[in-house]
Amino acid sequence: MKKANFYSGLLALLLGVLLLSGCETEHRFIKKVSFKGGNQIVVVFAGPVDQRWAENRDNYAVYEKPDPDILLSITEVQLSQDRRTVTLTFEDELNQDQPHIVSMRQIMSEGRSLGTAIVTAKKLYFGHLFSILIGAMIIHNFVFTKYLGLCVFFGTSQKKSTAVGMGITFTIVMVASAMMSWFLYQFVLKPFRLDFLQIIVFIGLVSLSVQAVDTILRKINPVLFKAFGVYLVLVIANCIILAVPLILADNEYNAMESLMLAVGAGTGFLIALFLMSSVREKLEIANVPPTYRGLPIAFVVAGLFALAFMGFSGMSIF
Amino acid sequence: MPVTKKTNAQLFFNGILNENPIFRLALSMCPAVGISTSLMNGLLLGIAVLFVQVASSCTIAAIKDYIHPRIRIPTYTLTIATWVTVIDLSLAAFVPEAYKAMGIFVKLIVAFAIITMRLEMFAAKNPVVPSFWDGLGMGLGFTFGMMTLGFVRELLGAGTLFGHDVLGTRPLLFFILPAAGFFCVGFIMAIFNYVELVFNRIKKKS
Repeated sequence: MKKANFYSGLLALLLGVLLLSGCETEHRFIKKVSFKGGNQIVVVFAGPVDQRWAENRDNYAVYEKPDPDILLSITEVQLSQDRRTVTLTFEDELNQDQPHIVSMRQIMSEGRSLGTAIVTAKKLYFGHLFSILIGAMIIHNFVFTKYLGLCVFFGTSQKKSTAVGMGITFTIVMVASAMMSWFLYQFVLKPFRLDFLQIIVFIGLVSLSVQAVDTILRKINPVLFKAFGVYLVLVIANCIILAVPLILADNEYNAMESLMLAVGAGTGFLIALFLMSSVREKLEIANVPPTYRGLPIAFVVAGLFALAFMGFSGMSIF
Repeated sequence: MPVTKKTNAQLFFNGILNENPIFRLALSMCPAVGISTSLMNGLLLGIAVLFVQVASSCTIAAIKDYIHPRIRIPTYTLTIATWVTVIDLSLAAFVPEAYKAMGIFVKLIVAFAIITMRLEMFAAKNPVVPSFWDGLGMGLGFTFGMMTLGFVRELLGAGTLFGHDVLGTRPLLFFILPAAGFFCVGFIMAIFNYVELVFNRIKKKS
């Protein structure tokens, strides 16, 4: 019964997150904006627009979301037969990993002005989320390509069982604290212009969520608590748990993207710990020179892993 | 309350050699591996850590009698976070290029185990003056470690020091690769271990 309550609570939380990420500001007259081919963006309107307005290139301004200063040059504007679809052709290939902002000045429809519209062209949403997840997990693995969380990484990777326990505990706390810091950053720090308090607020939240997970786990599932409770203290000392909220704040991720990054960072850490502990268990019985015993050889092994993970760099999914 | 009996000079050198945070205690490894690609980066982050360590050591040593033991860890964390915010904003304002190169690591000084550990082990039990020297020693020890790594990696990887061309060639390009940070730390740790081994052998003989 208790378990059912717990799961329904989790489900409600997930739904809430999904709904929150759903609300985005778009213009009511525009139905769809999407990429087409390598260098085209298609805009679908709800009703017919005036030909004179639509075919004037100066009415459109398109740029990549991170660089609003660099306007992309449009070579051709095409209006479809029913006057509802406009195809913008660009001089250069578009970098479709970045969301593109399309701003349209004073849309004219049937002689009436409908105001200026600023809309975003993005790749398929789930593909985007998936690429964030895999990116954080493997391509930009926090341990082997960003070099974060190394103290805990070397401290808890001696045995496989410890490594898995630590990895799971870490992922749970990571998700909880990342979601809380996303919420606080978007709805408190940013509106009140308190971003300079980032560090203080995030580190406070991390300690808070560790304490919260500790208390909740103790009440809900004492067996699980016995297995993972010891690792909770170590989580605070891990810099990944602080790095993820900072990255979220820097990249202005929305709730779903934040969740994916947090899950990816957690599982990436778990993968790294598991790989490392498998090697270190074998190292125990190997004949290592006395000066290299313990940490130095562990560092060399981690270096080899890092070299292997470099092979993933530059990969992109979708 | 056990007050340390070491002199200020002993405290100072303790941090640099005997308990060097990077090579002996193996704490705060992330920046040691991540951004030790050049001497300049090492120096700047070292100074940032030195500042945070000394400032928070002094702060905690000054207010330790008013902190309830139960909330001491959160108090330490918040003190460190405050000083890190100070240095983070200052670096962003005065040396924007170097700040960009160091990326997220300046903000992550908060999570460095070495600073919290020194507060818990030393500053919380000692008056302000010894805490200052201890913090200074630890900070300099960290700077020394970072600069050693930066020196080796920049010299071997790019053939330069502080951006000036020294060797004229790039003897081992491998060392400038991000992954080489792990190898470099491993090798230098092994050298420290070797020196210790030799010292012990000499001691045993005499």
